[in-house]
Amino acid sequence: MRKPSFVYVTYIRSTPEKVWEALTDPATIRKYWFGITVETDWKSGSPWTMKFEDGRTADTGEILEAIPPRRLVIGKWQNQFKPELKAVGYTRCTIEIEMADYYPDFGGKAVKVTIMHEAETEQGAPMIEAVSGGWPKIMSNLKSLLETGDVAFGRCEP
Amino acid sequence: MTDPSRFKPKTVYVTYIAAPPEKVWQALTSAEFTQRYFFGFVIDVEPKTGGNFFIRYPDGRVHIAGKVLDWTPPRRFSCTWLVEGMETFGELPECIVTYEIEPAGEAVRLTMTESHSWDVPEAILAGGRAGWPAILSNLKSVLETGRPMTIKMGPPPEMMEAVRKAVAEKPWLK
Repeated sequence: MRKPSFVYVTYIRSTPEKVWEALTDPATIRKYWFGITVETDWKSGSPWTMKFEDGRTADTGEILEAIPPRRLVIGKWQNQFKPELKAVGYTRCTIEIEMADYYPDFGGKAVKVTIMHEAETEQGAPMIEAVSGGWPKIMSNLKSLLETGDVAFGRCEP
Repeated sequence: MTDPSRFKPKTVYVTYIAAPPEKVWQALTSAEFTQRYFFGFVIDVEPKTGGNFFIRYPDGRVHIAGKVLDWTPPRRFSCTWLVEGMETFGELPECIVTYEIEPAGEAVRLTMTESHSWDVPEAILAGGRAGWPAILSNLKSVLETGRPMTIKMGPPPEMMEAVRKAVAEKPWLK
């Protein structure tokens, strides 16, 4: 059986460098990721920790690849605040950033961002289901922030 | 009329947009809007359940034809789709495309669901899976910034071959 996975693609009027910065700068992340903070030095092999506004750890993982401004891979991604999700083990998230073909005279540049979030085993399906609800919210907010200077919505309904 | 219960969701795309539901509805159903974000295609829809639905090339030729299955502004718009404007695509069974608009905090959640009545090969689904993110990202940009991105895109390479094979073998009749 195939490993559970979720793919989300979005196009953003921006540059790969600006998208990379938005994905890796903690102050920017907090704006579009509903108050979440990320702690890591973005070096291959380094720990990666997501925290809620109140300081509780949300998720943990490890940077597997960080190639600015093109590719970011976070492995050993595990939920730490819901026991039933923590129990399903590790997932891996690959983010790819590329220029989409475009007609510069009509619309300007577009960056294609592809998120692929996969479970390491079949048991990871509930975690993939959880992130498949989250990524569209997060990426929609990131797109709004980069294109308009403001997020689409500040609070994330559970 | 088409029985939607025979159709299963195969591709779902969700985006959140900072606009009122009525504006998102207008963007999905008015010709002026679709022309700006939908690769230049123009919607032509009879605004009622059971009405005719077309997506036309800018010169008026039909690209996609169908019937409206649900017209519930500003919440739900569903129609059958048959791609008539591309070689052999018109011989495939129709699919159903449904847009749902729901409030989500200060924003709106737009969900697009593409449903099929047969076991569609991945290579054919790849067309919608490539196209929908571009179309709906662009719709969001138009509503939030007033400007589209005009992303250039064609059918994925294996898709044409998969369509020709499906039309030759007609697996939906088996």
